[in-house]
Amino acid sequence: MLQAIDLHKSYGDKVAVAGISLEARPGEILGLLGPNGAGKSTTVAMICGIARPDRGTVSLAGERLEGDESPLKQRLGLVPQDISLFEELPALENLRLFGRLYGLDGTLLAERCTAALTLVGLAGEAKAKPSTFSGGMKRRLNIACALVHDPDVLVLDEPTVGVDPQSRNAIFGNLETLRARGKALVYTTHYMEEVERLCDRIVIVDHGKVIASDTKANLHRLLPATAKRRVEIEGEIDDALLARLASMGLAVRGETGASLESVFLHLTGRELRD
Amino acid sequence: MKPILALARTDIVLYLGNRKALLVSLVAPILIAAFFGSVLGGAPKKAIRIPIAVTDLDGSAVSKKIVAAIAADATFEVQSPGDEAARDLVRRGKIRAAVVLPKGFGDEAAKALFRRDARKPEVTVHYDPSQSTTLALVKGLLAQHAMQAVAQSAFSPTEGRKFIADSRRDVESAATMKPESKQDLLALFDSLDRIQARAKAEPASGQAGGGFGGFQMPFATKEIEVTSGERRKYNAYAHSFAGMGVQFVLFMGVELGMGLLLMRRQGIWKRLRAAPITRSMLLSSRIVSGTVIAVALMIGIYAAGIAAFDVRIEGSVTGFIGVLVAFGMLTATFGLLIAALGGSPEATRGIAIVATLLMVMLGGAWVPTFVFPDWLQTATLAMPTRWAIDGLAAMTWRGLGIEEALAPIGVMLAFSVAFGLLALARFRWEE
Repeated sequence: MLQAIDLHKSYGDKVAVAGISLEARPGEILGLLGPNGAGKSTTVAMICGIARPDRGTVSLAGERLEGDESPLKQRLGLVPQDISLFEELPALENLRLFGRLYGLDGTLLAERCTAALTLVGLAGEAKAKPSTFSGGMKRRLNIACALVHDPDVLVLDEPTVGVDPQSRNAIFGNLETLRARGKALVYTTHYMEEVERLCDRIVIVDHGKVIASDTKANLHRLLPATAKRRVEIEGEIDDALLARLASMGLAVRGETGASLESVFLHLTGRELRD
Repeated sequence: MKPILALARTDIVLYLGNRKALLVSLVAPILIAAFFGSVLGGAPKKAIRIPIAVTDLDGSAVSKKIVAAIAADATFEVQSPGDEAARDLVRRGKIRAAVVLPKGFGDEAAKALFRRDARKPEVTVHYDPSQSTTLALVKGLLAQHAMQAVAQSAFSPTEGRKFIADSRRDVESAATMKPESKQDLLALFDSLDRIQARAKAEPASGQAGGGFGGFQMPFATKEIEVTSGERRKYNAYAHSFAGMGVQFVLFMGVELGMGLLLMRRQGIWKRLRAAPITRSMLLSSRIVSGTVIAVALMIGIYAAGIAAFDVRIEGSVTGFIGVLVAFGMLTATFGLLIAALGGSPEATRGIAIVATLLMVMLGGAWVPTFVFPDWLQTATLAMPTRWAIDGLAAMTWRGLGIEEALAPIGVMLAFSVAFGLLALARFRWEE
């Protein structure tokens, strides 16, 4: 669906991206991982047509994305890292505005707005202003604004920064729904557990280059055999098994194996706290 | 076109939704315009009389006539508190000038009228240096009243006879005077003596000198204000509302530019850039919204001026609207230019406000440009604000036709195009 080939971008003497290639396929979430300054945001900007590559191409379904007014942009949606909303404009008006920028109008626009708000669980807040929303609600509306024109490819730049576990969980649910609908998603984040939970394939970038690109399982295999690894075992584990593992020289700590977030959600529930 | 309208509509809705900002943009210019307007003369009313003091140390018939003439002059509001007190009033800014007629003024002035070498009495004028134009006014009117009073006295059948006798004596004894000059002057005195004798014998004529009352102003003046109509008086509020409107609407333009700089720093800019719209569309939407907001603000400001301060659109209403729209476009493109040339919003705001204040000051928003020196009046034609204010003046209190609005409209549109193109060329689209 989305193909970026050999993208290069420099700002003056500073090389931000030096030959990144990636592909996002329908019904798949592609994780884009990298430390700060690795070139993730510049790559996202070039994929979405915000920044012009010095070299390389971005194409959608085989067609090259070029120019500000390219009709291919209709098939792309961007969820910026910052909350990108007009805070004093009602939620529905935010959606309408962004829908109109993509050429929507009339009944179709109304339907798309309702669908996007429903997907992110904000149908009841259509007339409320984002300035009155919680951080989680703003993040969800931020995603809805990128969905209003029903894009085939959704690019998300750290969409869960600063949200509570309930909202993050709801956002993950939304993204999984979109994947199930056949959308291609590019997901940029610093949080490894998010990538592990959501992404089908992962691209790791550093110093403006791709240093690894594969499925999660295959990336794990890149570690040397003697390296420290942590595995998750599902099912009943009795004390005898734990003792046996310890006797084999493995570190067995007195944990349930569940993440703290799982405990938190178990205790506080999965319902959204809007 | 739809994206441009959608973005412009959003800008306008957001601006109108910000009640506090809207209130400041409307109330501040109205209040300041009301202040400036009242200071610069206010609405049409009776002419203001200039407060001065006159001290008569002579007490002669001539000096008394001068004091009476000045007191009767509609230009002045005269008081006579005494020399010291008058000077103190000038120092404290309570009166503009204090005139002192010295002792012996009447006698010496009459002699000095005919004799070049006679001692001239020295009239002192103490004046407030912050009101220096008053000095010229006082000197001019003092000259008029003194000449009339001294001449009338010199030729009158009563005081004049003594003056003629004294003058004849002085001329006869003058050692340095040429004989032929002496002869001519004595002949003149003889003629005057005969006129005075006749006047004394015929007092019923009612005029000193039997029809010759001394020197008079050889003309009378008829003063007519050239405004929009014979019955319309100049209204200083018309200027102050134009000036303050221009200033505060330009401030709004600066804020529009700041909004763009802030937006560029936020994700919303990325979202707009990711949409299938051109850069020209993005900037055009700001021009549309900026123009609409600027025109709406100017209409609001003028509405207050019309309702409460008797400001009137005496000229072409179409021309007035044309000037407003051209100024609105100028404001919007000025905001864009600021966003294009500016760095951080914080640093840019200060510079932009100083630049705006300079533009409005030189454009004549604070005080009319006719008080500027000639070279500055010419130089300020390079300021678009000057054309805005001149255009508004032409369509309001000057009451001129639409043809007088065309030049201001044309110049402002030319500036708008230049600002817009420069903004488009210099705008940093990628951070």
